[in-house]
Amino acid sequence: MPILVFVESAEGKIKKTSLEAVAYAHAMGGPVTAIALGAAEKSELENLGKYGAQKVLHASDEKLNQGIIQAYAEVLVKALQDENADVLVLANSSLGTPVAARVAARTGASLATNVVSLPETASGFVVKKSIYTGKAFSFVELSNKKKVIALKKNAAELKEVGGAAQVTPYTVQLPDALFAVKILSSEKATGEVLLPEANIVVSGGRGMKGPEHWGMLEGLAKTLHAATGCSKPVSDMGWRPHHEHVGQTGVKVAPQLYIAVGISGAIQHLAGVNSSKCIVVINKDAEAPFFKAADYGIVGDAFEIIPKLTEAIKAAK
Amino acid sequence: MKILVCITHVPDTTSKINFKDNNTRFDTTGVQFIIGPYDDYALARAIEIKEASGATVTVLNVGPADTEPTIRKALAIGADDAIRVNAEPTDSFFVASQIAEHAKAGGFDLILMGRESIDYNSGVVHSIVGEMLGIPSVSPVMKLDLDGTKAKLAREIEGGKEYLEVNLPFVAGCQEPIAEWKIPNMRGIMSARTKPLKVVEPKTAESGVKTQKFELPPPKGAVKMIPADNVPELVNLLKNEARVL
Repeated sequence: MPILVFVESAEGKIKKTSLEAVAYAHAMGGPVTAIALGAAEKSELENLGKYGAQKVLHASDEKLNQGIIQAYAEVLVKALQDENADVLVLANSSLGTPVAARVAARTGASLATNVVSLPETASGFVVKKSIYTGKAFSFVELSNKKKVIALKKNAAELKEVGGAAQVTPYTVQLPDALFAVKILSSEKATGEVLLPEANIVVSGGRGMKGPEHWGMLEGLAKTLHAATGCSKPVSDMGWRPHHEHVGQTGVKVAPQLYIAVGISGAIQHLAGVNSSKCIVVINKDAEAPFFKAADYGIVGDAFEIIPKLTEAIKAAK
Repeated sequence: MKILVCITHVPDTTSKINFKDNNTRFDTTGVQFIIGPYDDYALARAIEIKEASGATVTVLNVGPADTEPTIRKALAIGADDAIRVNAEPTDSFFVASQIAEHAKAGGFDLILMGRESIDYNSGVVHSIVGEMLGIPSVSPVMKLDLDGTKAKLAREIEGGKEYLEVNLPFVAGCQEPIAEWKIPNMRGIMSARTKPLKVVEPKTAESGVKTQKFELPPPKGAVKMIPADNVPELVNLLKNEARVL
């Protein structure tokens, strides 16, 4: 039975989390059919074959160039039927998660989001989910024949398993009623590493003393090819935009490396970073609670340490 | 204008999470329960709309009787009446089915809730309700302004924002900074005691999703401290020990 995987792209590139979704479906035992909606580079779509997609459907209708959730759900419901697929896999995102929810509701599928590992199929079909904002996991049985699985970052390992996939155009009738939500405009940071996708995150807190000192963190981030984040007080005070706020009520990140500078480590902030593989804390207060959650720590003045760290990384490259 | 605000009853964000009965149930010992923080933003925006241009605000919670103090708090903040669907909120599809049932019957212009509950974090109930009712759903909404039968919204996306326009009715999953959280005043608390809170039995909804057990992440090892005058050592450890550079 084929598995359908919805892939998203950002700035012309397939997102890493979508590649992980393809790898996940392949590891489930595929055959994997990937589907991309709206404008996409053909070479990027063919490249999905490397991670296990045998076939790629491309619904290139220009009405799909904007991420309209109801329209996207319509296309995926049809594609599941046409491909005779019972399982849809995709990456959690501001687009993927609501689309997953609508597809599941429409098709009567068992739905799980924030899935962190491959299913156990010894008895039934059980996936592991991240819950309580990363503070716990649950094991959830999906018993309906149809299933929709939305993955958290790093749910599957990227391995090259094949060559170029065959890309096939895909057309679906899209009635106007699906476009009830109109996207008037959007603001998007361009050319920067996106925070939810980043492998390395450099985050600053109140200890940075003001927005004028962020250049130093951006310099470090650039050297590491990292995204920049911040604590809640920093975004509340308007030093940084809200989409950089990492924490319980902000973005939850799961990078390889999280560097926290001048952040004390309130439990609400930790909730946004506890899926990080390695945490470095730099703070002048040796009693800052964040050190307890860290792998490496330096007690000292951020304004002295950050430039030194940036230099040391350049030297080590 | 009729607004439905769906709230969750969840452990306070500072709670330590533990499980009992062989990791099959959440351990409520010593845990304080609150209105879900995102739901609190949704409620605050509903009350702002009510204060600015008049509206009735109904609160809905799916939960057993011990969620009533949380519901009364929402009434104290300014909601007019409440519905409690008497059932454990076991999964998103079940909860969404209950909300859709009452939303349909109530003829609401606007259905607000948090972007996700902070216990199960699924973040899908608003979308499922939208699908069940055949109306648009938008989440996470950071700004919501009504303009007659239309609304202008800002939605957070990865690395930025989208500005949207949609006709009423629709469902919105809310987050900061859509409104400032409201703290109930004494008059609100007093009047909340007598505001109507209707208890109804759930409709059956089979989701094919069942939580078998819970697990806590493995404990974190001790932090390794590096002297401030030896920053290159940190880079060395990140590269050769943690292997993250």
